[in-house]
Amino acid sequence: MISRRSFCKKSLLFAGGLAIPLSCLELFDPKRLLAEKDQKGPRWVFLVDTRKCVGCGFCVKGCKVENEVPYDANVTRTWVERYVVTTDGKTHIDSPKGARDGFPNKGIDIGHGKLEEIKDDDIDKAFFVPKLCNQCDNPPCVQVCPVGATYQTADGVVLIDRSWCIGCGYCIMGCPYGVRFFHPVFHVAEKCNFCYHRITKGMQTACVDSCAFGARRVGNLRDPEDPVTKVIMTERVNVLKEEYGTKPQVFYLGLSKEVK
Amino acid sequence: MKSHVWRPLFVVLVVIALVLVARTLLVPADFGVGARGYMYGWHRAGNEQQWKDMKVKYKTAAFCKDCHPDKYDEMKESPHRNINCENCHGPALNHPDDPKSLTIDRSRELCARCHTRLPYPNSGRGIMKGIDPKTHNVGLDCVTCHWPHDPRKEGHKK
Repeated sequence: MISRRSFCKKSLLFAGGLAIPLSCLELFDPKRLLAEKDQKGPRWVFLVDTRKCVGCGFCVKGCKVENEVPYDANVTRTWVERYVVTTDGKTHIDSPKGARDGFPNKGIDIGHGKLEEIKDDDIDKAFFVPKLCNQCDNPPCVQVCPVGATYQTADGVVLIDRSWCIGCGYCIMGCPYGVRFFHPVFHVAEKCNFCYHRITKGMQTACVDSCAFGARRVGNLRDPEDPVTKVIMTERVNVLKEEYGTKPQVFYLGLSKEVK
Repeated sequence: MKSHVWRPLFVVLVVIALVLVARTLLVPADFGVGARGYMYGWHRAGNEQQWKDMKVKYKTAAFCKDCHPDKYDEMKESPHRNINCENCHGPALNHPDDPKSLTIDRSRELCARCHTRLPYPNSGRGIMKGIDPKTHNVGLDCVTCHWPHDPRKEGHKK
């Protein structure tokens, strides 16, 4: 007859013994070691200079056309936000149609077709911040996908397999930056992929090409001679929502505390 | 042991076998762990190529330059030199095989994207030349007076 004490002891020992070979497998999985060691090829990153952005919205227009995002649907892979901080300490933020047509009105779009007018003398600071997918090193959107439809490539870009996505929407909820949305035509998750068809051909992304002010740049972090890498390594760059631990790879120059 | 113990076991084995057969039939052969490991790289490898094969629509000024060197050179001397041809002329798409595919935008709204005066002190916008589109020659196209390729020159004359 086995006693309760010895049963507990033996089962704990058994479970512990089982865990040892499992942890060994985890530590010495050659595929994973190879993947972590392999640093060949590019690692695409993005650099946004908010001081240069004038809010023309050509990047949003170019992106929507290039990536076949329905032009009049209120969804977009990239967008530009306007921040107006007034002397009373309030921050007014808007992005009408994602700034697809720029910012045609001086007033702040507060929804329902209404504008909030701000006097020129009341403005403490005002600036534009372009947003796009951060292609995080720890992408939460990829972790939550139940079917393996979204994944990260070796060069750091997070892609979506349109034929495999079931449209559950977990990734749209999981992204802390709100860059994902439902594609109105394909009915699957959609997001910025740094124009993967362009950067893999040695071109720039559509938004970078349409920016006349040099506010947007795409670069390869694994190339120390890349001008974008040099800026990221030597200048005072910042990222969005660092506290989430997602390791975002879109770097910002001239970011202000009002930007979220 | 008696058969009433073995029978459900056989049923379970048949179910497992069916699931495995269905899996090999339904899951594409290239589905597996990619470069970023199981957590971030679990995917169908063929999809990467599908994204790479997407059609390039904006072909940049370097593409326009081959046939329109005069326009390209005029632009390079202009204050508008950093603006890509396709920002106003539309994406090249199948141009020049299909010239009609270009959609040239001469609207006031296009110019107003940058030249609506917004007095923002901390952004590049604050130092840009701007007008109030509600009062500045309402109803007229900007290109009537301003030549878009080089705004220092006079515009289209009708």
